[in-house]
Amino acid sequence: MDETVQKYTTRKGFFKQYKKKSRLQETWNRFLRNKLAVIGLFIFVFIILAAVAAPLIANYDTDAIRVNVPSRLQSPSAKHIFGTDELGRDIMARIVHGARISLVVGCAAIAVALFIGGALGAIAGYSGGKIDDVIMRCMDVFLCLPDVLLALAIVAAFGTNLVNLTIAIGLAFTPKFSRVVRSAVMTVRGVEYVEAARTIGATNTQIITNHVLINCFGPIMVQVTLYVASAILTIAAMSFIGLGIQAPIPEWGNMLASGRVYMRDHAYIVMAPGLAIFLTILSLNLLGDGLRDALDPRLK
Amino acid sequence: MSKFVVKRLIAMIPVVLAVTFVVFTIMWFVPGDPTNIILGNEWSEAASAELKAELGLDQSFLVQFFRYATNLVQGDFGMSYITRAPVREQLMARFPNTLVVVAGAMLFCVCVGVPIGVYSGVRPYSLFSNFTMVAGLLGISFPIFWLGLLLILLFSVHLRWLPSSGLDGFASLILPSLALGSNYMANIMRIQRSSMLEVIRQDYIRTAKAKGVTARDVVVKHALQNSMMPTITVIGMDIGTLLGGVVLTETVFSIPGTGRLLVESINKRDTPTVLGCLVIMAVCIAISNLMVDIVYAYVDPRIKAQYGGGKD
Repeated sequence: MDETVQKYTTRKGFFKQYKKKSRLQETWNRFLRNKLAVIGLFIFVFIILAAVAAPLIANYDTDAIRVNVPSRLQSPSAKHIFGTDELGRDIMARIVHGARISLVVGCAAIAVALFIGGALGAIAGYSGGKIDDVIMRCMDVFLCLPDVLLALAIVAAFGTNLVNLTIAIGLAFTPKFSRVVRSAVMTVRGVEYVEAARTIGATNTQIITNHVLINCFGPIMVQVTLYVASAILTIAAMSFIGLGIQAPIPEWGNMLASGRVYMRDHAYIVMAPGLAIFLTILSLNLLGDGLRDALDPRLK
Repeated sequence: MSKFVVKRLIAMIPVVLAVTFVVFTIMWFVPGDPTNIILGNEWSEAASAELKAELGLDQSFLVQFFRYATNLVQGDFGMSYITRAPVREQLMARFPNTLVVVAGAMLFCVCVGVPIGVYSGVRPYSLFSNFTMVAGLLGISFPIFWLGLLLILLFSVHLRWLPSSGLDGFASLILPSLALGSNYMANIMRIQRSSMLEVIRQDYIRTAKAKGVTARDVVVKHALQNSMMPTITVIGMDIGTLLGGVVLTETVFSIPGTGRLLVESINKRDTPTVLGCLVIMAVCIAISNLMVDIVYAYVDPRIKAQYGGGKD
C-alpha cells in the first residue's frame, strides 16, 4: 500500500502523524537551541572529565602532594603548563586533583541539603497549615544568616575535616532547598492526579514520593545546578580563609590562599586556581539558566 | 506609615532572638573546656572550677542562653576568652570598618548597576546592552576573593595607583568595594534590565509616549519607579550575602573588620567573640531587611495605601 494511502486509511497510520515528541525530547531540543547553555554544558563536562581523568594526567602523591623544592616557583612551561607553586608542585596536577575534591564535596553537600531540605519542604508544602508555618519559620531563621557565615559557625563548632565541611555546607543550604521544594510541591498539590491518587487510597508518603516529587523534578534540578555552583564557591571561600579544606590536600581555594603571598612576583600562581573556580561557577550558572529556560519556555 | 514601621520593628525582635538562639546552640557544641583557653598555663582543677562558676559555665544550656540573651539586650556580649576584655569593645573597634566596606560596595552596586540596567533595558538590542549582559554573566560567576587578588595585582602591584591592604582613607576603600560589590552589581544590573524591559512594554508607557512626553521623562518619571521593585528586593536580599562576602574581602585586603575578627576568633576558639560577631551580623541583616521594607513601602503605593499613608 502506498504510504499516503496508508496514512489516511489505517487507524495506526492516522495517529502516527500526530505522535508527539516526548516532553524530555522537547526540553532537550529547546536546551540545545540555547547557545550559552550548550557552552556551559560543554565546559562543565570538560571539568568533570578532567576530574575523572586526574590520575591519568598527574600522579596524586608525586605531582600534587610531594614537596619538590628545586623546581619551586617555575613560570608556565611545556613541562608545567600552569607553572609550579611555592613548594615546587605542579599547579596543573593540583588543579585537576582539586577538581575532584570540589566537585565531590560540592555535590555531596547539595545532596545533604536536598535530602534534609527537600524532606522538610515537601512535608511543609504538602501538609500546609500549622506544620507548614512551624517548619518554614524555622527555616527563615536559618536564612537570616548568609550561608558562608552559617557554614563557618558549624565548622567552628565541629572542626574542619572533609566530612564536617560537607555537612556544614549542606546544612547551610538546607533552608534554601526547603523553600524551593515547598513551593514546587505547593504548585502540584492541588492538581487532579494527586486528587485521583488520594481517592484510590494512596498514603501521604506514596503521594509525595510517587506523584508530587516526580513532577517537581524539573524546577528542583534547576536549583540543584545553581546551588552546586554556590556550594563549590563556598568551599573555595572557606578554604581560602583557612577554615575549609586544609593543606596539603589540593583545593582551589587553599591554592589561592597559599599562592597569594608569592603573587607579587609570580602572578601566574593565582591565575589557574582562580580561573578553575570561575569556569566551574560560570558553566553551572549557564547550565542552570539554560535548564530553567528549557523547562519553562514561557519564562524566556 | 509609622504604624507600618513599628509593626515591622516589633516583628524583628523574635527573629533576632531566634537567630541568636541558633548561633548559641551551634556554639554550644564547640569541644573542649574553655577554661583551658582562658587560664592557659595557670590552669588547675580549683581555678577552673572557680572560673566556671564565675562565668556561669557550670549551669545548664537554657540558663546560659537566658543569661546571654538578657545581657545581650543590655549591649553586653560577654568576655573574650583570649583578651579577657569585653567582646563589645572589640566589636565596637572592628564593626565600623565592616560597615564602611559594605556601604562602599553597596554604593558601587547601586550607583553603577542600576543606571546600566536601566539603559540596557531601554535599549535592549544595542551593542552596549549586549556587552553589559555578557559582562553581567561573567560578573556573577566571579569569586570575590580571586577578583580581589586580581585587582591588587593590577592596581597595586603593576600600576601602583591604590593601596593593597588596610583601611586608611578613601583610596584604600576603592578596591575592597569593587571586589565585594562586583557580584552584586552584576546581579542588580541583570534584574534591573529585565524588569525595565517588562515595564517599558506596558500600555501606560505607550500612552505617555503618545502624549508627547520626552523619551527621558518617560524613563525617569514613568518607568523607573515601577521597574525598581524587583531591584529593591534583590538589594535587600543581597545585603546578607554582602555581609557573608565581607569575611573574604577583609581577608584579601587585610582590613581589620568584623569578618576578620570572626575568622581569627574561630581559629583561637574564642567562642564569645565568634558569637558576638555572628549576632551583630545577624542584627545588621535584620535591620537592613527592615530598611528595605520601609523603602519598599515608600516606592509601592499599594503598601502605603494599606497602612493609611499617602493622601487619605
